[in-house]
Amino acid sequence: MKLVKKIDRVILAEFGSPKELLKAAEKMRQEGYKEFDCHSPFHIHGMDAAMGLKRSPLGYIVFAFATMGLLGALGLQYWTSAVDYPLVISGKPFFSGPAFVPVVFALTILTAAITAVVGMIAINRLPRLRHPLFSSDRFGKFSDGSFFISVESSDKKYNEAHTAGFLKTIGGQNIEILKDE
Amino acid sequence: MQSLKISLKVKEQILSKENMKLDRNTYKFTDKGNLGNIALVVGIVGLAASAVGYIQDSHQFYFSYLVAFFFWISVALGALFFNLLHHLTRASWSTAIRKLTESMMSVIPFMFVLIIPVLLGMHELYHWTHEDVVATDLVLQQKAPYLNIPFFIIRVVFYFAVWSILTFALIKNSARQDIKHEDSILARMRKYSAPGMMLFAFTLTFASFDWLMSLEPHWFSTIFGVYIFCGVFISMLAFTIIMVRYQNGQGAFDGIVTVEHRHTLGKLLFAFTIMWAYMGFSQYLLIWYANLPEETFWYLQRWEGSWRTLSIILPIAHFGLPFVALLPQAAKRNGNWLLMMAFYMLLMRYMDLYWIAMPTHSPEGINYSWMDISTMAGIGGIFIWLFWRKYTSGAAVPVNDPGLKVSMEYVN
Repeated sequence: MKLVKKIDRVILAEFGSPKELLKAAEKMRQEGYKEFDCHSPFHIHGMDAAMGLKRSPLGYIVFAFATMGLLGALGLQYWTSAVDYPLVISGKPFFSGPAFVPVVFALTILTAAITAVVGMIAINRLPRLRHPLFSSDRFGKFSDGSFFISVESSDKKYNEAHTAGFLKTIGGQNIEILKDE
Repeated sequence: MQSLKISLKVKEQILSKENMKLDRNTYKFTDKGNLGNIALVVGIVGLAASAVGYIQDSHQFYFSYLVAFFFWISVALGALFFNLLHHLTRASWSTAIRKLTESMMSVIPFMFVLIIPVLLGMHELYHWTHEDVVATDLVLQQKAPYLNIPFFIIRVVFYFAVWSILTFALIKNSARQDIKHEDSILARMRKYSAPGMMLFAFTLTFASFDWLMSLEPHWFSTIFGVYIFCGVFISMLAFTIIMVRYQNGQGAFDGIVTVEHRHTLGKLLFAFTIMWAYMGFSQYLLIWYANLPEETFWYLQRWEGSWRTLSIILPIAHFGLPFVALLPQAAKRNGNWLLMMAFYMLLMRYMDLYWIAMPTHSPEGINYSWMDISTMAGIGGIFIWLFWRKYTSGAAVPVNDPGLKVSMEYVN
């Protein structure tokens, strides 16, 4: 998997409502398209299943890093307070479990949160400053009140005339073929 | 592992015995099943056995009864909280289980009758009621304006008045909605819920101070109410999961309450298991760090004899294990696994209450009595009977609620 995938061309189709978008996504998946995306101003329930998206591996990555954060915080405190510079603090033992817990807790949460954000960005292959979609005038409306499906040229089934025709048959309007300039 | 599989299979067989039916148009029960009758018999037998126990050893009886009482009222109070939260946040996913949780909280007024033995046993339970003890104890003398018998009883009445009024207000409006839906009904329930939530927080906090914390009148912990609240909500969630699963197993709830709802209930159960540990640890850390004798003695008491074992097991079994066991998504979506975890969490909740209350009764070590079981069965039987009677008397879901369709189609 290349970190930044080259996309030359994108076909964009507009749909009238979230329901139509959901149905269209379902048909796209049944037709065998993989490298397509749906754009909507809000979350549509059931879209993941309609598009055939798998569960994100992010949870497992976060869990691994959180565990590392937990062990790291424990190790750090053990090494600083009990090995490298042992100091009696309010009559507690050098390695005093309860006193370490808040730091362990906080560092676990911190690593988990940072991993979640950075991991999400990486899995989405962001940041991406160039994309053929940006050359469309209509596309900006996706954050406003329009619903779009975009098909990227990297898809195995991508065929400009055929794909555009298929999008039309499933209810797409204002079909645009966008090139990376 | 093999025995686990067999026990799950046995459970499955009990569950799949179809003896409960729901009319698909009105959502009314055409066959109420035999859960209510079984519960009533268990309840009467349990209470009768406990009465015999009272004659044998009244001190043990009162402590067992207090733990059992608090365990079961937790389920009802958790349901009250859940309903207040449902209306306050205009939640839509939980509409399909609203009648279930309303029926659970409908038991609260009846619990007022069941608290009478605790009031009768105050002299055995709470040693701040002994005048001779207070006379020689400066701390208790200064706490006397709060910790005295008349004020204690007034507070009990006040708590139940608040809880019962909130319960009646919500259930009455829910019944009106069943006849004819108007948006104003939901708006009114929401209006009750905002002050209701604040009242709930205050009353539950002080009820836990009165009924459990004052067992050791010298000890104080301001976080205690929140700690108990986490347990209260865990009880309710676990009980709801069991009841939902029971009806799913009977085929009565198919297409109404699905794996998606159970998944969400599982997520809440998971979250509040963590919150319980967070509160429990916050309470412990400050006392451990400050190391002041008037606070530490409570934990030292739980470090005596076999209490020590329980004190070590409790955080692992109540937090560590369920944290791992409920963390994966698959665990929360697996019906049998979640059902097992719900039973397990109820057991842990009981262990937690036992650990809080019982060291006052037997400071030398754990002294488990048959009355602990009989009072649990007695109050539990009556609780489930009352709950089931209310639940099966009407429709299983709020049929006229505009959120019902959304709730039935709910996806995580």
